[in-house]
Amino acid sequence: MTDLTVSISSIKMDNPSMLASGILDETGDSLLRMMSVGAGAVVTKSIGMLPHDGHPNPCIVETADGYVNAMGLPNPGMEEFAEELRVIMPTPAPVIASIYASSAADFATIAVSMEEAGAAGIELNLSCPHASGFGMEVGTDPATVGSIVAAVKDAVKVPVMAKLTPNTAELVRIGKAVEEAGGDAVVAINTLKAMVISPEFARPVLSNRYGGLSGSAIKPVGVRAVYDLYRELEIPIVGVGGICGWRDAAEYIMAGATCFQVGSAVGTVGPEVFTRIIEGLEAFMGEYGYPDLDSMRGAAHE
Amino acid sequence: MSDVVRIKRISQESKDTSTLAFDWGAHTVPGQFIMVWIPGIDEIPMSLSSTGSEKTVTVRKVGDATSAIHALQEGDRIGVRGPYGNGFDLNGLRTLVVGGGVGMAPLMPVLRTVYADLVIGARSADEILFEEEARRYCSNVEISTDDGSLGFHGNAVQLAEAMMDKGDYEQVIACGPEVMLHYLFQACERRGLPCQLSLERYMKCAVGICGSCMLGRERVCIDGPVFDSERLRMLPEFGRSRRDPAGRIVDL
Repeated sequence: MTDLTVSISSIKMDNPSMLASGILDETGDSLLRMMSVGAGAVVTKSIGMLPHDGHPNPCIVETADGYVNAMGLPNPGMEEFAEELRVIMPTPAPVIASIYASSAADFATIAVSMEEAGAAGIELNLSCPHASGFGMEVGTDPATVGSIVAAVKDAVKVPVMAKLTPNTAELVRIGKAVEEAGGDAVVAINTLKAMVISPEFARPVLSNRYGGLSGSAIKPVGVRAVYDLYRELEIPIVGVGGICGWRDAAEYIMAGATCFQVGSAVGTVGPEVFTRIIEGLEAFMGEYGYPDLDSMRGAAHE
Repeated sequence: MSDVVRIKRISQESKDTSTLAFDWGAHTVPGQFIMVWIPGIDEIPMSLSSTGSEKTVTVRKVGDATSAIHALQEGDRIGVRGPYGNGFDLNGLRTLVVGGGVGMAPLMPVLRTVYADLVIGARSADEILFEEEARRYCSNVEISTDDGSLGFHGNAVQLAEAMMDKGDYEQVIACGPEVMLHYLFQACERRGLPCQLSLERYMKCAVGICGSCMLGRERVCIDGPVFDSERLRMLPEFGRSRRDPAGRIVDL
């Protein structure tokens, strides 16, 4: 019997899959739907202090097996979203609230609001590549990242994970800063900063010009990032980037991921992708003699 | 698929509504929609009002994006991507089609494909769309106007209910303002008549990932935009509330 249960500090999951932030996670009902198709945990849309419309359309371009998006952090603000969470609590799987802010103090304020609304954990968005003054712009300096993690850890009891950007040569140093500030896990990677141009109109397609590339194309980048982080960090790593089948998930786990997130494949494959990945992973682990995730994690390092 | 197409023809349908025709090879079915990009302005979902190799969208001027579309000339280019959504299930049942205002647009490909009776509703006679073309396909076309300036004096649901009670329809297919669709759905439920209704919500990605068009647990862009009675019963927000671009709940 293969054991797929896993935990990150106090966040206990039936399986290692999580819904990635930004994907079908802006309403209580959409979060419940993703739990019903097998996600071991769900991460919410990134929530800020105030309601925000995000960038004007177009905010997405379809690529081969993925997307370039610049949603621009649309969200109803922490007060309305807290109510969204309260309505669905208790939930069959843990809800991790993704949050964004431009200062450590605001990060802490939003984290408290999400914890009070029932969030089982906090994911810090330190990596969105298409929002001026937020995300990657506060997430590429190790000292700033450390101060944000420390402030949020002081403010809440639930575990705090930091989602990192691949758009820096400092990835491992930033991961170290998260660990040293008391962070419970790192999440790697967010999208790769990207652009699509329309030759006919001689202009970038996205209204924000820049966006973030997700989907199959970025998986080898994410696997490498997790591999590098695993060599240097003690805290758990959540692997994300281009996972659309069990093989992709297995790669991330063998690179060192404790659990993994699925995003774009919810669009390219469908919400049922969670069930398919978990069933495939379980079959693989059974056939290749991995009784649990601990025995498989980091196998590619040995 | 994503493309840039050239507008080959623009037809004025009413004082504030025009149809734009363009050649585009994508295979589409009645009830599907596309995202129309007007560079520098916006990208918005539009139902296809023709689904052959020549596609059309029928646009009512209501805001910045639709005004920008109305300012386009024949020969201008627009970006299109899609088609998206599920479309209507054209199943051969005896059908009453009900269109309110510019909601007639996605129903035109249905009327060209299947035999049906039709109710066209609008506020006033000068806002009735596609009557002439619809009469070529349907032997029974009834008109309702809120102000009584043409046909039945009242709303499309009242007229549709009278027709349901006289006729022996096996289903209702409709598109229009959501409040109209909500009352129409209740009228059908009272009679045990199955419905297929085309709904709309604010949309960003149109490919089923961003969650801005959620209606209960359904994504209007990919699980819809056409919902049948069984799924409509599971949507407590239908006819009551929608989400704004930030995801806040707004009463209809």
